[in-house]
Amino acid sequence: MDELKEIIKNYVINEYLEPDSEPIDYDTPLISGGIVDSFSMVSLKRFLENKYNIQIPDEKATPEAFDSVNKIAELVRQFVKV
Amino acid sequence: MTNFGNYEERVKNFSWALSEQELGYKPGQRINIGWYCSDRVCQLGKAKKVALIWEGFTGEKKIFTYDDLRLYSNTIAQFLTDLGIKAGERVCLFMDRVPELYIGFVGILKTGAIAQPLFSAFGEESLFIRLENAQTSAIFTQKKHISKVRKIRDRLPHLKHIIIVDYDGKSPLQEREGPFSMEGSKKVEHYEIYPTYAETPSVIHYTSGTTGMPKGVQHVHYSLISQYITAKWVLDLKDDDIYWCTADPGWVTGTSYGIIAPFTLGVTQCVLDSGFSAEAWYKFIEKNKVTVWYSAPTAIRSLMKAGDEVVKKFDLSSLRHLASVGEPLNPEAVNWSIRVFGKPFHDTYWQTETGCIVITNFPGMPVKPGSMGRPFPGITATVLNPNNYEPYPEPGRIGLIGLKPGWPSMMRTYWNNEEAYKNKFRNGWYLTGDRARIDREGYFWFVGRDDDVINTAGHLVSPFEVESALLEHPSVAESAVVSKPDPINMEVVKAFVTLKPGFSPSKDLELDIMNFIRKKLSPLAMPQEIEFVASLPKTRSGKIMRRILHAKEWGEEIGDTSTLENE
Repeated sequence: MDELKEIIKNYVINEYLEPDSEPIDYDTPLISGGIVDSFSMVSLKRFLENKYNIQIPDEKATPEAFDSVNKIAELVRQFVKV
Repeated sequence: MTNFGNYEERVKNFSWALSEQELGYKPGQRINIGWYCSDRVCQLGKAKKVALIWEGFTGEKKIFTYDDLRLYSNTIAQFLTDLGIKAGERVCLFMDRVPELYIGFVGILKTGAIAQPLFSAFGEESLFIRLENAQTSAIFTQKKHISKVRKIRDRLPHLKHIIIVDYDGKSPLQEREGPFSMEGSKKVEHYEIYPTYAETPSVIHYTSGTTGMPKGVQHVHYSLISQYITAKWVLDLKDDDIYWCTADPGWVTGTSYGIIAPFTLGVTQCVLDSGFSAEAWYKFIEKNKVTVWYSAPTAIRSLMKAGDEVVKKFDLSSLRHLASVGEPLNPEAVNWSIRVFGKPFHDTYWQTETGCIVITNFPGMPVKPGSMGRPFPGITATVLNPNNYEPYPEPGRIGLIGLKPGWPSMMRTYWNNEEAYKNKFRNGWYLTGDRARIDREGYFWFVGRDDDVINTAGHLVSPFEVESALLEHPSVAESAVVSKPDPINMEVVKAFVTLKPGFSPSKDLELDIMNFIRKKLSPLAMPQEIEFVASLPKTRSGKIMRRILHAKEWGEEIGDTSTLENE
């Protein structure tokens, strides 16, 4: 199990999904799937920055880069060794 | 050749009767938007024409003809009638951009009930405030949003029916809940449309002000007269167009120009029920050969941010007219669209209260990048001196945008709040709350809001509403909310907060408060920055001076501080 991906997935489940929502996996589209919108993406970015003590530049924080747990993990790994 | 033609000629010869005649409406007769959107188009011989091309984020696609629109809206109307919903009752649509949202809106209007679309990203408190204020009788929603409704249901005694459009039987229904499958129900061929007239209420959209709770802007069926002709002339919609309005019908653009106008005009429109991504949007335009595209500055700036290279990957040559609404369109965005699409975005200006476009850049006329354009024929718009509410006689002066009431889609009142409605008028002018100047050629130039309302990505957020919600967080003692500049969304919400004893500022606390507001109100209302302060600037009488905080955020002069408590 990939710990980073599990942390991101659990955060998304707890913060952005309503109870009884369909389960998500690492590839579930988050932005294009309407689970996380562009405003909510700010709080998800902030969570990652706080948790891993990193700064994700705005130009890297694109809807495409946040569109799945896998893609977010890939982004985070550019800034920190997890 | 554009539908609009020559500005001066149109202004000289204009009468709203022109639109009435094109729609075959005579004053005093029945008028029902639901009938105009579906049955009439079929009677004009377009029953087999495609009305709606819908695509979900997974690529799933559905196509509805005008006859489908007629039959399914009849089916929804009959379903509501069978539930006992009566004319004048409020029926809420709380859904993502699924076909049931668009067709349900038409069906509700056929029953004579009032449609109340609400943005599906609203949190439970935002939803509660609006359902309680409207005393809504029924709500259409989806499985994914039902938990928000369940949390507030007990506080909503008027809410008799909670209708789930995608119920799959996997979890039990609860109190007042019932399933409805639009495509699974027996189609209703004949539905007796309720006899609505010009002044019969049709739609309530909620909007935010500086003070108080959100206000329900009430429109009537006669609004169609404005929405039809403005769409025809400003969006230049023609019979063979493929039209894409990117607005969500939870907001007024998504109903006036995402449902009412295009369907009444009998054009084919497409809908993408997906979050934003530049590639997905361009692909959607290419695939559907979109010809007329009505979008928003925030989306356009997001496309700009994605870069020019991605545009080149797609064939966007079908595009013939581009328009924008929601907040001022900056000149850079207009010039960018000329460079990459070969044509400018035309800025359009209007509000929930106006129901239709009132000031705009017209097709076929030169666009002045950064300008709002000129008043629509039949609309008297001016810039008022804020001291006496008289129009400035000379161009170039900055004042309040005032509109002379009387066009068909002007709001009729704020729901249950006649006092707030009356407060919107001075000296015979409707006050938009926006400031502008007019140049020598009669073009309006937006300057800013005249109040503290925050315009984020084209949506108005009330600082009062966010401040009230912040106080419910266990750590917050006092709060003040202002806008701060943002390169994509124009403005975003910023909160200044003092903490209760026992709490200390931290990044985790900031995130916790952000998420608290996001879930309670909406992602739009979530402060994107929270500044913890020891105290807030107040007048000697204890009123928080947002003005000072706003000025600091925008790098403006703070102005008179003689009433400041600590001075």
